Amino acid sequence: MAKKVNSPLEKKKSGVRSVTKKNFVTYLIVIVFYAVFQTLTATGHLKNAYQSLLVPICYSVVMAVSLNLVVGVLGELSLGHAGFMCVGAYCGAFFSVITKDVLMTDWLRFVLAMLIGAAVAALAGVIIGIPVLRLKGDYLAIVTLAFGEIIKTVVNVLYIGKDASGFHIAMSTKNLDMAEDGLLILNGPQGITGTPKSSNFTIGFILVMLTLLIVTNLMDSRTGRAIMSIRDNRIAAESIGIDVTKYKLMAFVIAAAIAGCAGVLYAHNLNALTANTNNFGYNMSIMILVYVVLGGLGSVRGSVIAATILYALPELFRGVGQYRMLLYAIVLIVMMIVNNGAFFVQMKEKALYNIRSGKKNNAKEAA
Amino acid sequence: MSLLEVKNLGIVFGGLHAVEDFNLTLEKGELYGLIGPNGAGKTTVFNLLTGVYKPTTGTFFLDGKELKGKKPAEINKAGIARTFQNIRLFSNLSVLDNVKLGLHNGMKYSTFEGIVRLPRYFSTERKMNERAHALLKVFELDDDVDTLASNLPYGKQRKLEIARAMATEPKLLLLDEPAAGMNPNETKELMQTIRFVRDNFDLTVLLIEHDMSLVSGICENITVLNFGTELAKGPTAEVLKNPEVIKAYLGD
Repeated sequence: MAKKVNSPLEKKKSGVRSVTKKNFVTYLIVIVFYAVFQTLTATGHLKNAYQSLLVPICYSVVMAVSLNLVVGVLGELSLGHAGFMCVGAYCGAFFSVITKDVLMTDWLRFVLAMLIGAAVAALAGVIIGIPVLRLKGDYLAIVTLAFGEIIKTVVNVLYIGKDASGFHIAMSTKNLDMAEDGLLILNGPQGITGTPKSSNFTIGFILVMLTLLIVTNLMDSRTGRAIMSIRDNRIAAESIGIDVTKYKLMAFVIAAAIAGCAGVLYAHNLNALTANTNNFGYNMSIMILVYVVLGGLGSVRGSVIAATILYALPELFRGVGQYRMLLYAIVLIVMMIVNNGAFFVQMKEKALYNIRSGKKNNAKEAA
Repeated sequence: MSLLEVKNLGIVFGGLHAVEDFNLTLEKGELYGLIGPNGAGKTTVFNLLTGVYKPTTGTFFLDGKELKGKKPAEINKAGIARTFQNIRLFSNLSVLDNVKLGLHNGMKYSTFEGIVRLPRYFSTERKMNERAHALLKVFELDDDVDTLASNLPYGKQRKLEIARAMATEPKLLLLDEPAAGMNPNETKELMQTIRFVRDNFDLTVLLIEHDMSLVSGICENITVLNFGTELAKGPTAEVLKNPEVIKAYLGD
């Protein structure tokens, strides 16, 4: 019997309604994840070591989703995303430290720190974006990488102190020229100490949800379409009157601002904030890029899942000691094959198709 | 006043005069053809008129407004839309989104309104959807709204490109080989569509085409280019009989 075979590949819905539904599934995954781990923590079923992973997972997810806006949606490879996180972290921490004595609830201080971190990171995004976005492809990647490193290096040689006469800024302690009783806030490579530890899993969760709402709503709007059109065909986008420079910069700056927020979350999760290769340098930028690429370029849900799993894995592998990174590499390779290998993709689509048509048949039988 | 006035337009690449001394006057509502052998500079003329290339000499006016040296996006906003010889669609976006991108400058709401989902987002998106569906219906693409542009068959991709250009509400539409790769039936259908949009959307059309049945079928006047210069110009039937033109196409 010749049965009409509908390949699942043929029917690809991308209408307005299915986009919204897809986004809701993503929100739901995050909410369930939060509910489960919050309950586990509250009832004392989660080891302390695992509890301390929750906030870092949140800022990794935020970083991955924001980088996806540049790499997946705009289609430009940026290797300096951790630089914006660094800007946000230092500005947020700086603000929190200098307003410690000012009468303010912790909550309000943290929100203000978040806004300041986002604003300064956005400003850095504008300053870096204007020259960088004139470049294309590999050149853009190289220059963003350089800018990321420059930001990290600058904060490492910056000293800021405060005394009765106001703020002092210098490139070394000698030149700071501060009164004896002054307070050294930013101490070069030693960074900022004494940041209030205001970050927690709930705040992280709220930030992740806000990021998701902003990015998914943006992608499904006039602006998002314009950004994606530049990715797909710049010349055609120009030919229908889309201001390419404006939308490129917009995507870059929004991503930078969100990365700044992630930085503020990061800074308020630690007592001492320093900048090194692993947190704000090249390594971090590449790690985030790995989350984005493995999660799928342009897929917000993919970024969320990949960032969560890939951040947690190396910590969960601690039991195997020195083989930890070896196992991690194997997981990365397996994920790549499963995500993109023709055989697995076909299997996945078939499975999805069966589930869907199964549902329909059940509905028919019930009717 | 004529809609488009091109005066002595020319461009030089290194030592090559790709287009030299190109003159053209288009009246409102005209359907004009631009033909010539391969490499004659037809597409270069389009690239000059849409700001992809900056002319070395000469200038051009749309509705009396000088557009020489303007960026492609500004020229589109001024009222010139085009399609491409090698189709350039937004291949990872749906057919509907491709057309909605054409409406980008016609129907607006701010980025903030889009992110926060204020009422204007919903009302404008609804209007955009209605307008896009209406345009897609003209090109018989209304069954494919949710298909990815890259999954469309070739003929439909060409139509979608025209629909997207039409969405920007141009005064002048430039079509670069709209019938390339189409069979005779599809070409006939396309001719009707082009005439239909010209009559119903208050358009002027300038088209490049190699398919002479299309050119002689719908173009009132044509210009023939050869080696970047104008070889002949005038009513289609007369120009196609011109021995110089026949020689340029077929050789001696």
